[in-house]
Amino acid sequence: MSDFITLLPILFFTTLRLTTPLLLAALGGLFSERAGVINIALEGLMLSGAFTSAVVTWKTGNPWIGVLCGIGAGVAVAWVYAIFTIKFKADQVVSGTAINILMIGLPGFLSGALFLSSGSTPSIPEQAQMPYFPIIFAFVMVPVTWYVLYKTPFGLRLRAVGENPAAADAAGVSVYRIRYTGVMISGALAAVGGAYLSIGQASLFTRNMTAGRGFIALAALIFGKWRPVQTMLACLFFGFTEALTIQVQGIQFIRWKLFTAILIIIVAVIALFVIQLGKERETSNEKLPLWITATSGFITFLLAAYITKRILGVVREYWFAETGIPIQFIQIIPYVLTIVVLAGFIGASRAPKALGQPYQKER
Amino acid sequence: MIVGDNPIKAYGLLIGSALSYPVGIGYTLFYTTPLIFTGLAVAVAFRCGLLNIGAEGQLYVAAFAATWIGISAAKLPMILLVPIACIFAVLGGAFWGAIPGVLKARFGSHEVINTIMLNFIAISILGYFTQYHYKTPGDPIMQTAPIGANAHIPRLGQFIPGMPEFIPLNFAFILALLACVFVYVFLWKTKFGYEIRATGLNPTAAEYGGIAPRKQIIVAMALSGALAGMVGIHEVLGYRYVYYDNFSANVGFTGIAVALLGRNHPVGVLFAALFFGMLERGGIPVDAFTEKVSKDIVDILKALVILFVAGEAMFQMLFSKLGVMKEQ
Repeated sequence: MSDFITLLPILFFTTLRLTTPLLLAALGGLFSERAGVINIALEGLMLSGAFTSAVVTWKTGNPWIGVLCGIGAGVAVAWVYAIFTIKFKADQVVSGTAINILMIGLPGFLSGALFLSSGSTPSIPEQAQMPYFPIIFAFVMVPVTWYVLYKTPFGLRLRAVGENPAAADAAGVSVYRIRYTGVMISGALAAVGGAYLSIGQASLFTRNMTAGRGFIALAALIFGKWRPVQTMLACLFFGFTEALTIQVQGIQFIRWKLFTAILIIIVAVIALFVIQLGKERETSNEKLPLWITATSGFITFLLAAYITKRILGVVREYWFAETGIPIQFIQIIPYVLTIVVLAGFIGASRAPKALGQPYQKER
Repeated sequence: MIVGDNPIKAYGLLIGSALSYPVGIGYTLFYTTPLIFTGLAVAVAFRCGLLNIGAEGQLYVAAFAATWIGISAAKLPMILLVPIACIFAVLGGAFWGAIPGVLKARFGSHEVINTIMLNFIAISILGYFTQYHYKTPGDPIMQTAPIGANAHIPRLGQFIPGMPEFIPLNFAFILALLACVFVYVFLWKTKFGYEIRATGLNPTAAEYGGIAPRKQIIVAMALSGALAGMVGIHEVLGYRYVYYDNFSANVGFTGIAVALLGRNHPVGVLFAALFFGMLERGGIPVDAFTEKVSKDIVDILKALVILFVAGEAMFQMLFSKLGVMKEQ
């Protein structure tokens, strides 16, 4: 376990660093999806923010202006997406995919035109980078999102529009306006996440630099059941697995003990999920005392950990007797987990009811 | 356009180079082939009411399956090895496509998220196999050892007079045309296809009519994966002869554009794939011979086509407004 403990502080900060873009994008997605608009375009929105902020920061030398312009770009792209999905009722997944492809091509095209290099933008100096602000901003946005969503009239309308647009409309809420706002907020937040990638973690924009983070953010949003705090936990978890893969990249193979520890953490996450699910089921019936829930959860966890360890032992003996666990097997954990969680723990009912359905105002 | 290069020159390059005989057309058809497969794959799933974003992962699994058999059974005679490798590619793709189908049918989990996740999983796991098990030792590139020569499928340059053999256009193109015919016959002339389309149009009504939507979903996704998997035949057996890590240049995602533009009909898919194949081919000289316009313009055009086809209601609104103005 000793190598695990020495890794821990580095792992912690790397996790925060890698969680930031995911969290911002996922919170963005939350605003859009709670209003009933699927946001597969998060990837493209992040890219637009990353590119614009990198270029503007390079030009002005001021990262604040860069981030603001990045937000502007994200909102603009989100507005286009909103026009197509809300006004023209285009299929949300299909037009989201189109936005993603567009944002792979457009930055390359523009940077080819501006800098004669379609692969990346010029590098910005270190003093013009913004390494810490977005991290703080992302985690501050979690309680802010919670407050806006559950304690303000706007949040109530947003949720109503996502669950039952016809009823919201009848109550005098402008469905279209709320949906436009939700999608554009998602553009702004995702753009900050993207900006953090290009002017926070790196010093330039490279082609397709988000590398699927928008999709992971979407998975985290589903994993977190479209709620701010749970979504943050899911993002932290995904950030953690990514941090692991980066930390052990030089080693190529992870020690068995470390791998076992990781798997037990994962089992714990799943156990927590099961417990929470049990809790929610009980709300309709009589509530069980807390100690029963806690004990049953603990026993589930112990059992699962024991079984995991035994299975691992068998796997180790048969396949990886001489080496450790290859890095790719850590990489796929968040993806496999998403599929498992989607299949096992989240019913279709948890999603906002009107998610993905264009709204047609009655005439 | 706005960036300072002559737009006519750029588009001229784009279209001219894509249609010149024989090299331009040869390459255009070469780029068209995988797009026909992925376009058909997306279209079949669409007809069943499913959006398959996972063609990318399915074609990787298929390509690796074909490579695997091509390496491990390299000694088989060509007449056996080529069909077996093709079947492995198709089965590999069908397997990877059936997973989200089963998940949707059994647990009701959304196929879009599952296929995206399965894309990442396929790339990671196949990267592992490539890196640790099937690489030529000492090779710095992430690719497998070459497949046996008996698994190569012939290039069309050997049969068509005037078509130089260096053009990688291969037999898979014929296969793609056959796949179009197959999909048409399957969807519109068989009971199975009818049931799939009925499920896509209205699952509840289909169920009342005695069709099991769950089974149709699995069949449609497996078939969709199998079609995407045929890209593996084209890329591995016909062109690269190795499994190359991350070889697909978003062919799976372009398939969505192809299917949309082709209205989910095999004939439409064929022409849409030709159009996008032209763009792919034409993007290369645009990149090379203009100073500022990069080949990213191809991605932009693709995205705009998807957006405007998806948002067709816009044109209806526009026309109805024009109509109103005329009446006034």
